[in-house]
Amino acid sequence: MTALHVDPAAETRWDVSAEDIRRALDSVFDPELDEPITDLGFVRSLQVRAVAGGARVEVHLRLPTSFCSPNFAYLMASDSKDVISALPAVTQVVVELDDHHDSDVINAGLAADAGYRGTFRHEAEDSLDDLRWTFRRKAHTAAMERCLTDLLRSDASLVETEVGTIRLRDLPTGRNKEALLRRRSALGLPAASDSIVLVNHEGHRYPPDAVPMALRRARSTRISIDGNAHFCRGLLRTRYAGSGADQSPRPEGAEAAHHHQLLPLIVKEIHP
Amino acid sequence: MYSKDGENYFIVDAHVALWDARSENQRNLQGKQFIDCFYDYHRNLSPDEEHWSYEEFLYQGGERLMKDLFEDGYVDHAIFQPAYLGAFYKNGFAQVEEAYGLAAATPGKLTYNHCFDPRDGEAGLDRLRADHEKMQFKGVKLYTAEWHGESRGYKLSDPWSYRYFEECRRLGIKNIHIHKGPTVRPLDRDAFDVADVDHAASDFNDLNFVVEHVGLPRLEDFCWIATQEPNVHGGLAVAMPFMHTRPRYFAQIIGELIYWIGEDRIQFSSDYAIWSPRWLIERFVDFQIPADMTEYAPLTTAQKKKILGLNAAKMYDIPVPAELQLPDADETKTGPRQPARADLAGIR
Repeated sequence: MTALHVDPAAETRWDVSAEDIRRALDSVFDPELDEPITDLGFVRSLQVRAVAGGARVEVHLRLPTSFCSPNFAYLMASDSKDVISALPAVTQVVVELDDHHDSDVINAGLAADAGYRGTFRHEAEDSLDDLRWTFRRKAHTAAMERCLTDLLRSDASLVETEVGTIRLRDLPTGRNKEALLRRRSALGLPAASDSIVLVNHEGHRYPPDAVPMALRRARSTRISIDGNAHFCRGLLRTRYAGSGADQSPRPEGAEAAHHHQLLPLIVKEIHP
Repeated sequence: MYSKDGENYFIVDAHVALWDARSENQRNLQGKQFIDCFYDYHRNLSPDEEHWSYEEFLYQGGERLMKDLFEDGYVDHAIFQPAYLGAFYKNGFAQVEEAYGLAAATPGKLTYNHCFDPRDGEAGLDRLRADHEKMQFKGVKLYTAEWHGESRGYKLSDPWSYRYFEECRRLGIKNIHIHKGPTVRPLDRDAFDVADVDHAASDFNDLNFVVEHVGLPRLEDFCWIATQEPNVHGGLAVAMPFMHTRPRYFAQIIGELIYWIGEDRIQFSSDYAIWSPRWLIERFVDFQIPADMTEYAPLTTAQKKKILGLNAAKMYDIPVPAELQLPDADETKTGPRQPARADLAGIR
């Protein structure tokens, strides 16, 4: 194909596709579920059109219920506006949250670029930074537990108290390890291969006698996040017919079979 | 009473409601959104054959409730847990008078729990005293995300909450059921966090704090505080129907609960009318931890009996036939209650 000469500056200014917007939104995470809003099916519609000087983008977001927490809802919507506004070709951005109990408040705040405190006024004290950090820590805890439990399951010689001595290099490569490295990086924890895996959010390891409890607590965190993620996905599908097509599968915490009702559930024998 | 395979289960449904969400009672859009959210829970987590129409779901009335719980549902005793939601519904969401009347008319079957809002201040305390004198309830249900003027939530650790708990103490209201919701001021922090329950439970250690839906969506935070506070219990509202849609997740929830809080502090709830007790009870009695989840011990029949009724009966002094009673488990007062039953090494 013969390329027409296009002024590169003009191209970056004008040429932004719906796909570009979608890729930008891939970096917006539901902080609670630790997943991109694009994977969760939270992007309801996305419209790009050329206007004088650039592109106008309008994005509508939807959530699993009207009563999802307004603070998380606001974070996702304002993050969406931020990442789209950062694209050079985009000159106008409208992000709206549909069908939420706080849609009016949040959409007005977004339109006015009022920020968190300007949007929620007396209900906002300082910022949502602590909330983000709380869930970054939980996401790290869950990622850590997935890796270590996998290792325990695959290595019969590994005893529980030694889990506290496992280093990053001992983990098999794969999705879980990649996720752990991402979460460590988000907390500023080292990625060196000799780094201990089981650490708290400040990077401190656990003494051997505290290892089993640390791992148990991490497990309950992982179960909770995986459980919520699948529940929220399911509720979105119930609330918006056809929205399942916009979701990508989440293997973590998935049931053994999608059609589990059709399969016999193997159960344990009780030995009183 | 439910009987299967020669075993008899005394059933207490510890969280039921008699609500009116019909359009004429809705005060605003939030009133519609609230019941629609419940209806999506119902549609999402129920087996097909248990689905109700939207109209049925909006209002049931006392007669239908009695049939669903006691005729069809195997329930021996049920406990009303009203969510008032006056900001969303003209005459409230929970039908307080109707529920109290129904409980009074059917002695021995229904326990009426009341509700209060600490933001009502002194006037609310007066009303609590007057209501208690009339209705003699032993428990209250608190929805911390209730909207109230400019405020859209409160914490159990707020000074006014403490004033109300002191009054509960004086009046002999000993069971505090807590339902966490999404809007608590300030919005800076996680509204579903249960740290405030921890404070209240430590300072009012003669009251029982029952965290509904076992803290979901913060199961981990709930387990952690409940393992340290002997007077914190878990209600299984909303968690039960995961047996159907997500049995492995349900197995993990129940496995974690047994590990952290033990078998004597977990209460069955259908969360009627979001779900009906019959199918939940039938499936729970048949339920077992999947064989490959070796990190959890199998659920025993005794544990199922306690969860399905004996634990709540004990808390509410509901008489249980002697042959159906079971002794408390030999568990520590704090810390993981049954660590040996969920040994991490056992995952191999």
